[in-house]
Amino acid sequence: MHKRLSFIVPVVLMGIVIAAHTLSEPAVAEYGDVVLNEYSDEAGMRPVVFPHWFHRVRFRCKVCHGDLGFAFKAGGNQINMVKIIDGQYCGACHDGGIAWSVENCDLCHSGNPDTPTQVHHSTVQQLMSAARKNAESDDDKTSDDKTDGEGGEE
Amino acid sequence: MTSITTVRVVLPWLLLPGLFLLAVVDVHFAAAEENPNAFNRLMKPASERNAAPESDGIHDPTADGTMMLQPPREAFAGLPKSRSGNYINWSKAIEDQLVAPRYDMNNPDANPIVLDLNIVREVKGSMPDVVYPHKQHTQWLDCANCHPAIFIPMKGANNISMASILMGEKCGVCHGTVAFPVSECRRCHSRPKPVADNED
Repeated sequence: MHKRLSFIVPVVLMGIVIAAHTLSEPAVAEYGDVVLNEYSDEAGMRPVVFPHWFHRVRFRCKVCHGDLGFAFKAGGNQINMVKIIDGQYCGACHDGGIAWSVENCDLCHSGNPDTPTQVHHSTVQQLMSAARKNAESDDDKTSDDKTDGEGGEE
Repeated sequence: MTSITTVRVVLPWLLLPGLFLLAVVDVHFAAAEENPNAFNRLMKPASERNAAPESDGIHDPTADGTMMLQPPREAFAGLPKSRSGNYINWSKAIEDQLVAPRYDMNNPDANPIVLDLNIVREVKGSMPDVVYPHKQHTQWLDCANCHPAIFIPMKGANNISMASILMGEKCGVCHGTVAFPVSECRRCHSRPKPVADNED
């Protein structure tokens, strides 16, 4: 019993400190990082994180937003894995030719579960979250919150 | 048998010094945050910018792929700095050829059709007038990205306000999501109003 306790106590302590460590950190992801969680959570996958900065180093905006038909709106393209495998959207490059192919699930599906679709650190996201905070503190009883799609860009 | 027991009993305690170190660091930072008169209390220090994926709060550090992704600081090391967004001046980076993004998906040698035409928009308020440079925009974009869906290509046909930009329309489709954010007022509002204009 004594031995078991001497095993459990440090492990539990360690768990608490590590949990506190990770929980206390706010999101400081890159400006323009897009989280896509239209279907991922439902399908039991982690949401997709699209790093805009990484792609703009390699391609001009026109390549994806003109030639490949990506709308200027997070979650506005109804992208699914069938389309990607058929060579549309991400699949135009991520086919093992220009960029690594779809078997590397975790490289895109690497977001924290339950993170809503958003453009991280966008003006709209900041205004929406500030407005929601105010609304919540002003009136706790108004519960019909229809602004769930946080940071949906136009 | 005894050696296994020894490992089970001793090993966790061996990890304790590391745990205490972690706790001490936590307390140290907590104390620093609690100082009510700390300098730049709400501003993120430069050391916390461009965090690596595993510590950026959006990536799941337990996902296998997260550790394989490139940390932004590695990519940004040689690029010109700015004061907001990614803290990178992207238009200077492309101008100085420090990045060479492709204009065509497959052809690395394709060149953009650059239009060197400034549009001056006289603004109603007290801010300097806006100078919109087609040059920097056509480095990245095709005409059809903006015209005619976002901006009607005709003088006086577009009603633009800061309110609509803040809500992600007009210039705000990109400025405030990926292009430099709207906090950089003077990068657009850059032409001082003629004095005579202010008097009438």
